[in-house]
Amino acid sequence: MTRKRIQWGTWGLEIFTALLFLAVLFPFYIVLISSAKTPFEITQGPLALPSDWSNLWNNIAHIWTDENIRYQSSFIASLLITGFSLVLINLLSAQAAWVLVRTKTRLSGFLFMIFVASMVIPFQIVMLPLVAWFRTLYDVTGIKLLREFAGMYLAYIGFGASLSIFLYHGFIKGIPLELEEAAQIDGCSQFATFYRIIFPILKPIHATVAILNGMWIWNDYLLPLLILSKGGALMTVPLAVSNFAGAYVKQWDLIMTAILMAMVPVIVAFLLAQKYIVKGMVAGSIK
Amino acid sequence: MARKAKHSAVFWIFLTPVLLAFTLVIFIPFILGVFYSFTDWSSSAANQGGLKYVGFSNYDKSLHDLKFIYSFGVTTVYTVLNMLFVNAVAFGLALLVSTKIKGRNVYRAGFFIPNLIGGLVLGFVWQFIFNAAIPFIGPLIGLGSLADPKNFLLSNNVGATFGLVIVSTWQSAGYIMMIYLAAIQSVPAELHEAAQIDGASPAYRLWAITVPMVAQAFTVTTFLTLINSFKQFDVNVSLTAGGPSVMFQNHAIAGTELLAMNIYNTAFAANSLSQGQARSVVFFLVLVVISIFQVMASKKKEVEL
Repeated sequence: MTRKRIQWGTWGLEIFTALLFLAVLFPFYIVLISSAKTPFEITQGPLALPSDWSNLWNNIAHIWTDENIRYQSSFIASLLITGFSLVLINLLSAQAAWVLVRTKTRLSGFLFMIFVASMVIPFQIVMLPLVAWFRTLYDVTGIKLLREFAGMYLAYIGFGASLSIFLYHGFIKGIPLELEEAAQIDGCSQFATFYRIIFPILKPIHATVAILNGMWIWNDYLLPLLILSKGGALMTVPLAVSNFAGAYVKQWDLIMTAILMAMVPVIVAFLLAQKYIVKGMVAGSIK
Repeated sequence: MARKAKHSAVFWIFLTPVLLAFTLVIFIPFILGVFYSFTDWSSSAANQGGLKYVGFSNYDKSLHDLKFIYSFGVTTVYTVLNMLFVNAVAFGLALLVSTKIKGRNVYRAGFFIPNLIGGLVLGFVWQFIFNAAIPFIGPLIGLGSLADPKNFLLSNNVGATFGLVIVSTWQSAGYIMMIYLAAIQSVPAELHEAAQIDGASPAYRLWAITVPMVAQAFTVTTFLTLINSFKQFDVNVSLTAGGPSVMFQNHAIAGTELLAMNIYNTAFAANSLSQGQARSVVFFLVLVVISIFQVMASKKKEVEL
């Protein structure tokens, strides 16, 4: 009898979880069906299935090619900014963390502490002076950082370095020093020791660092808003979406299509690398 | 014998790029930011080249500004509600997906997926749900009043605050769930087996084994949600844009303007950079206090272990 009751309990639990699962994914369903609708359909029945799914391609083509939305260039810009920033953050933070771990001086300890402490600094306190100071830098030196890719890379390295160095630091501490000493006896320079021996060993933490920063950079809104500005020549996907959703007064079918197109790359990436993403994000939370 | 340099060339070569970026985008702006908050900095003053020291007047004005006071209040309410909702939902989900139900891996992934999408994009999706989908469903299930624009969730400040909490909970519960899940799975199975043999009910085992064993995770998730909620900006922009307005001490005030947005609007919409800067220093100090509590809380746990 007890067994039967347990079985019923399991059934109930399974049905409950399944319903919850559907409820959580419901907004995605809304985005998908809305993207395949005409403006008329979406106001007539926000929950009804679209009459003609092929309209999805029309809407996607519209968003992708519309000169005013500039989705295409924003999408490419987002890819470039996220991609290059990640390569730079991973490489530069890893090498910085390595010398910080292996050099045991007061200065090295102090620099590490500064990086860790700076994680408390919210973007809000630096955002206004950052823009002003970038402008001054341009006036004085002619180096253009506002509304440029270079400004975005620099900003993401600066803001991403602290957490990344912290994560690398923790991992590198656990790598036995003998490994490096052996390499150096074999004639490896310090550079070669790092790039040939250490850098490949850091693979799991490279993944964590890339995932944490990648999710942040791809979805980031405030930093590009300040450095690139909405409606500027160079925009990222979140900027383009917000620009469009604000400008076209509630053209929901097209807004939803733009949103769908912003979501798909991330969801595909997640499904491909699910295990690493979850592991990386859980590791990143425990700082 | 030549004395070996304390820091090798490699030390500086490897550190310079990060230090340079860090100095340019955090260190210098941070120092400038604190400095500007004590001046009459504005977008035009910079051009005239004259910055005047004004003492604490930016702070004084901010702390007497009803909008700022209200924003602080709303942010506090939102943060507390969000912390409770996210953690309660996340812990519940973690318990569900740590059982042996079929398809638990699919459920874990599904609950986590909203976290992948940026708050800005999600806010627009939910704006559509609250303003178009729910008013449409209402009459179909016999709740015609839901179709009345007066009753839209986002049409009054209390509802809109809850709207923000709903969206944030939906977005981040799956992430927090994963942290709880990792903690729950690290509890040795023998503990549960032993307790089961001794006749402990599942509810009692939850209370006496699971909860204390994942105490460390509670510290992590509490502060994580606390800090993230306090800094909320993206969902705020796209879901409510700070509205609808509300009467506060006889002044019409943006009803859901969280602090991050208040800082932004003070600087750009009200064109008062120095006051925006003073507010961001206050914002920063609150975060410092929270972080000190966090460090203390995790230190304490370490001693116990």
